[in-house]
Amino acid sequence: MGKEKFLEVKNLRVEFGKKKKKFIAVDDVSFNIYKGETFGLVGESGSGKTTIGRAIIRINEISGGEILYKGKRISGQIDKDLDKEVVKNIQMIFQDPMASLNERAKVDYIVSEGLYNLKNYKDEEERKAKVAKALLDVGLLPEFASRFPHEFSGGQRQRIGVARALIMKPDFIIADEPISALDVSIRAQVLNLLSDLQKRMGLTYLFIAHDLSVVRFITDRLAVIYKGRIVELAETEKLFQHPLHPYTRALLSAIPIPDPRKEKAKVLKAYAPSIYEYSKDKPKWVEIEREHFILANEREIDEYRRILG
Amino acid sequence: MEKILEVKDLVIKFKLRGKILKAIREASLDIYEGESLAIVGESGSGKSVLTKSFMGLLDSNGWVDKGEIIYKDNNIAKYNTEKEWLTIRGKQIAMVFQEPMTSLNPLKTIGNQVKEAVELHQGLKGDDAKKAVLEILEDVGIQYPERRYKQYPHEFSGGMRQRVVIAIAVACRPNILICDEPTTALDVTIQAQILKLLKDLKKKYSLTTIYITHDLGVVANVADRIAVMYAGDIVEIGKCEEVFYNGQHPYTWALLSSLPQLGVKGQPLYSIKGTPPNLFNEVKGDAFAARNTKALKIDFEIRPPYFEVSPTHKARTWLLDKRAPQVEPPESIKILRQQWRRLNG
Repeated sequence: MGKEKFLEVKNLRVEFGKKKKKFIAVDDVSFNIYKGETFGLVGESGSGKTTIGRAIIRINEISGGEILYKGKRISGQIDKDLDKEVVKNIQMIFQDPMASLNERAKVDYIVSEGLYNLKNYKDEEERKAKVAKALLDVGLLPEFASRFPHEFSGGQRQRIGVARALIMKPDFIIADEPISALDVSIRAQVLNLLSDLQKRMGLTYLFIAHDLSVVRFITDRLAVIYKGRIVELAETEKLFQHPLHPYTRALLSAIPIPDPRKEKAKVLKAYAPSIYEYSKDKPKWVEIEREHFILANEREIDEYRRILG
Repeated sequence: MEKILEVKDLVIKFKLRGKILKAIREASLDIYEGESLAIVGESGSGKSVLTKSFMGLLDSNGWVDKGEIIYKDNNIAKYNTEKEWLTIRGKQIAMVFQEPMTSLNPLKTIGNQVKEAVELHQGLKGDDAKKAVLEILEDVGIQYPERRYKQYPHEFSGGMRQRVVIAIAVACRPNILICDEPTTALDVTIQAQILKLLKDLKKKYSLTTIYITHDLGVVANVADRIAVMYAGDIVEIGKCEEVFYNGQHPYTWALLSSLPQLGVKGQPLYSIKGTPPNLFNEVKGDAFAARNTKALKIDFEIRPPYFEVSPTHKARTWLLDKRAPQVEPPESIKILRQQWRRLNG
C-alpha cells in the first residue's frame, strides 16, 4: 500500500459549552489516515470517538488544531468549491438503521437526498439510474426504491444507509458503529459488504466502534481513545499482540472471547487513572517505534522502550 | 443434579392482526439447580418469550397453547391470575432486564425502588428495610450507599444503573435469576464488571441463572450449559464446551462461523443467507433447512428428533442419524473440533 496521507488530523480540539460549563470532548488528537486503508477508532461511550468523526465531516465545530483532506485544510472557514467537494466526497454511515432512515420517505428519496442537495444530476432519468446502481451495489434490488423503510429487515436497512452514502461517489466513508445495532448473523453480511465495496471502489474508511473483536477483523490500523485523548495508535495486529499503554491493556483484557476455556481462565486488568502522576512530568504524544504512537511521559517512555527491547 | 424447572413440549402462540403466530414450537428444556444456562439465538428466535413465560409476563395477546412448565411440582403454565403469578414472580424467579435506562422509574429515588422489593418480598419495614437496602446496594458494588440511596436514576451511569436493577432482582431472594441481555447496552470494561458481579452473586445466594444473549463471548464467560434456539425451538443443548467445540446442528455452525474472531482477515466472513422462517405459517421439517446450503432432502420434510451426542449433549438434526451422509462442516468448525479432540485425548 502506498503510504499516501489521505486525511491528516493535527492537534484537534473540540469543546462544548462555554466558560464554566465548558467541556473538552477531544483534546490534542493527531493522526493520519492513509489512502485505501481502514482506520479504526475505539473507546468507551463518552470517550469522544464519535465527536472526532463528526468534526471531520464538519458537523461539530472545532476549537483548535486542523484537519487536512488530501493536503487541503477542511476545518474552519473554507471556500464554497472545497465545501462542495467535501460534502460529496466524505460520507457517513450511522449506527442504528432503525433510527437513521426517515420513516415517512420512500427509499428512492432517502437514497437520492444527497443528489438533491448538490443537484449533481442532469435529469430525472439519470437520478433514477444512479439510485438503481447504488442499490445494486449494496446487494438490494432496484425495485426496492418504491418501498418504505419499515418494509425492510435490520440488515437491509443498513444496506440502504450504505447506498445513501455510496450514491455520492465518495472516496472517504466514516462508519460510526455501523453494525452495533445488528444481530450477530447479519453483522457478518454488513462487514463483508463494507470490505467488498472498499476493494471494488478503492474507498478509505474511518471505522468507529466499541466492539473490539469486529475492529480487529476489519481495521488495518487502530487508535484507542480514552477521555478525549488518543492513548495509543498502531497497526491493529501489533496493538492486539503487544499493547503498551495500561488503558489499552485493560480494554483488550475486557473483550469477551467466544472460547469457553480461554474466557473462563482470563484475568481482567483494571485501569486506574489516579495512580499515574502526571502533574509534573506531562505525557506527550510520541512515536515509540515505527508507526506505533503512544501517549506517555518521560519516565513511561523509558519503561516502554525497555519492554520493546 | 436436581431439576429446578422443567419445560415440556411447550407451545406459545400470539394473536397478531387476526393471524396466529406460533412463537415457541414444542420446546423442551430442563434447568438444574445451581447451574448457569445460556440461551443463544438471533432476535425473533423466541428466547425472550420462552423465559418470560416462566414468570407469566407474556404480552396480553400471547398464551401457552400446549405443554407444561413444572416448577417445584406445580405446572405454572396453567396459572392465569395475577394472584397465582405473584407467588412466583420476583419471589421465586426474578429477572434483570436489558436496558438499565428504561427499567428504572426516573421519578423515584434509587433507595425507594430497592426498598419496594425488600418490603414486598422480605416483609421488612421502616429502618429495618432501609438497612437491608443499604446492605444489598453494597453487595452489588455501589459505593457510598448512604448517599446513593437518596439519588435518582439520572444521577447514575449505565453500569451503576444496571447494578441497581440487579440489586432489585436479588432483593427478592429468588431461586432463579433470568438475565435478559444484561450487558448489551454497556461498554466492554463495564460489561466485564457486571458479569463478574452476577457470578459473585450467584455463588453468594446460590442462585440458578439463565442468561439470554446473542453475544457468544458473554456465553463463554458465564455459561455451564448452552441452549441454541432457532425459530421457537431449542435445536441444540449441551455443556458449554460441547456446544462450542463440538457443535452438531448446522445452525450452531453458522452462528459460530459468523463470529469475526474466527474469521481470517482479508477474507469474507461466513454469513447466513436468507431470513428465519415466517412463524405465521406451519414450519415443515427442520426450520433451518431453507437457509442451510447443505440441507438434506429429509430436512425439508420431517422434523428431526433429538439425537444424543453424549449424555449431556443433544441436537435436533438429521445429520446425526446413522443413515445420514457425511456432511463437511465449515472450516472454522473443523478447527474447533480439532481442539475438542486434543482436549479429550
